[in-house]
Amino acid sequence: MAELLIEARGLHSYYGASHILHGVEISIGRGESLGLMGRNGMGKTTLLKTLLGLVRPRSGEVKVKGVPVTQAPTHRIVRMGIAYVPEGRGIFPNLSVHENLVMTARAGAEGRRDWDYERVLKTFPRLAERLSHGGAQLSGGEQQMLTIGRALLTNPDLLILDEATEGLAPKIAKEIWQIVRVVRASGIATVIVDKNFAAVNAITDRNLILVKGEVVYCGASSDLRSKPEVHQKHLGV
Amino acid sequence: MAMHDAQPRALALVLVIGLAGLAVFPIFGADEKFYMQFLAKVMVMAIFAMSLDLLIGYGGLVSLGHAMYFGLAGYTLMSLTPEYEGASLWISLAAALGVCALAALVVGLLVLRTSGIYFIMVTLAFAQMAYYVVHDSKYLGGSDGKYVYVKPVLSFFGWQPFSLDKLAAFYYVILGTLAGVYFLLRLLLASPFGHVLVGIKANEHRMRSLGFPTFSYKLVAFVIAGVLAGLAGYLAAALDGLVNPELLSWHQSGQALMMVILGGMGTPAGPILGAGALKLLELLLTSWTKHWQLLLGLFIVLVVLVFPNGLASLFGKRKRGGAEHG
Repeated sequence: MAELLIEARGLHSYYGASHILHGVEISIGRGESLGLMGRNGMGKTTLLKTLLGLVRPRSGEVKVKGVPVTQAPTHRIVRMGIAYVPEGRGIFPNLSVHENLVMTARAGAEGRRDWDYERVLKTFPRLAERLSHGGAQLSGGEQQMLTIGRALLTNPDLLILDEATEGLAPKIAKEIWQIVRVVRASGIATVIVDKNFAAVNAITDRNLILVKGEVVYCGASSDLRSKPEVHQKHLGV
Repeated sequence: MAMHDAQPRALALVLVIGLAGLAVFPIFGADEKFYMQFLAKVMVMAIFAMSLDLLIGYGGLVSLGHAMYFGLAGYTLMSLTPEYEGASLWISLAAALGVCALAALVVGLLVLRTSGIYFIMVTLAFAQMAYYVVHDSKYLGGSDGKYVYVKPVLSFFGWQPFSLDKLAAFYYVILGTLAGVYFLLRLLLASPFGHVLVGIKANEHRMRSLGFPTFSYKLVAFVIAGVLAGLAGYLAAALDGLVNPELLSWHQSGQALMMVILGGMGTPAGPILGAGALKLLELLLTSWTKHWQLLLGLFIVLVVLVFPNGLASLFGKRKRGGAEHG
């Protein structure tokens, strides 16, 4: 496999006294697309937050591009080329669409500037029509596009999408999936968390299933497609 | 590209009219020394309130110790003013602002590690410490304070365009400073730095996960606010010709806080409106009844109930999308 963007070993994370992650291992290669699956409360978001340093693991190690970052501040980890699109979107309601976008625009960790303001507007024409609107005046789908656009403007090597299509109408969700495909094709690695397992599986190279904070399955997407019993057992679908 | 404006047009109009009114007042009211002095003081408080609004309205940092910088600047001017002549304006102003910047940097490094109610308490604690140092220090005049007998001298390489002893001249200097600070803040808030600050108020975690070292941003805002408060304090001390510990007291911090809330947090013009409304009402009510504080309190409660977004919202809603949801 090519150079690893993220490599984590033996992660144990807690919320107070509750033990959430039980020794999780995860790795993401350059340009790779990884689906992170599991039912509610299995530790998907906690795992993402641990990788970003928003939750500190009690033991284990996280490396980004080979550099240990387990104790590094979140903003430094992120600046190494990771963009996080959080669950529930996370636009800034007190900033306009334009401001939400330009705020994060910067060259990537390796100086790439593939994604600029114009390209984002071209990719999301709906946003171009609403530049002066406040962030909170957008529809759910538009807010999601805004968050993804904002993330792309940081020119990341890895884009993390946590429940990007949650609560969206099927038609809008389809648009989001199309955008994710465009992002993938541009060489950005992706980690995708979503309830729609079939859609995730169709787009990713590899999948990882979490059950109660442990990795119970990790394999190629084509592989998972031929194993409905794995779906049945761990995801209940 | 059409940049939207954070300020409704009606409010901008009110501001321009107000500014023009303040500018022409000395021409018609030159004999009204009391009112000139009063308006000058209102403008000084407006600058002070604006500096606090940078922290509260944009950064979401509710400081209850902002008077510390107001007072420190005044005391710096007093210390640098010789008994029978004026201090150089440039030197004393630079020193006053430098002292405030340093104090805000040190205090900011410590207090910005906290947030919410703890932030309020720790900023208050630092201001109270400064208050008692000044209050109990003989050299600084103790609880009586000290006079600044002679106003600072403004000179460009020996040339003095006007003397600040003339109230009208000082009045225009303050008016110019008010306008300057207003535009400086608007510029700052329209800059990427301002956007990050507003983002931190909405959600600090999110800003961090977008790759912004939020602590440094907050610290810079804290120092800028401290320096601008110092600018107001310097002008106040020079205008009154007097410094006393009350300048650093929590009443003073609280008054600025009230002005910000009354006028409208997070609006560029709000603090100016708030300062004007509060001081004007105080003036009217004190001439009318002994129990003016009761009425003033009722007024504030009423405004907060009816216009939760402050007096600035009287002149049209801000166009930026809604409140803190989403």
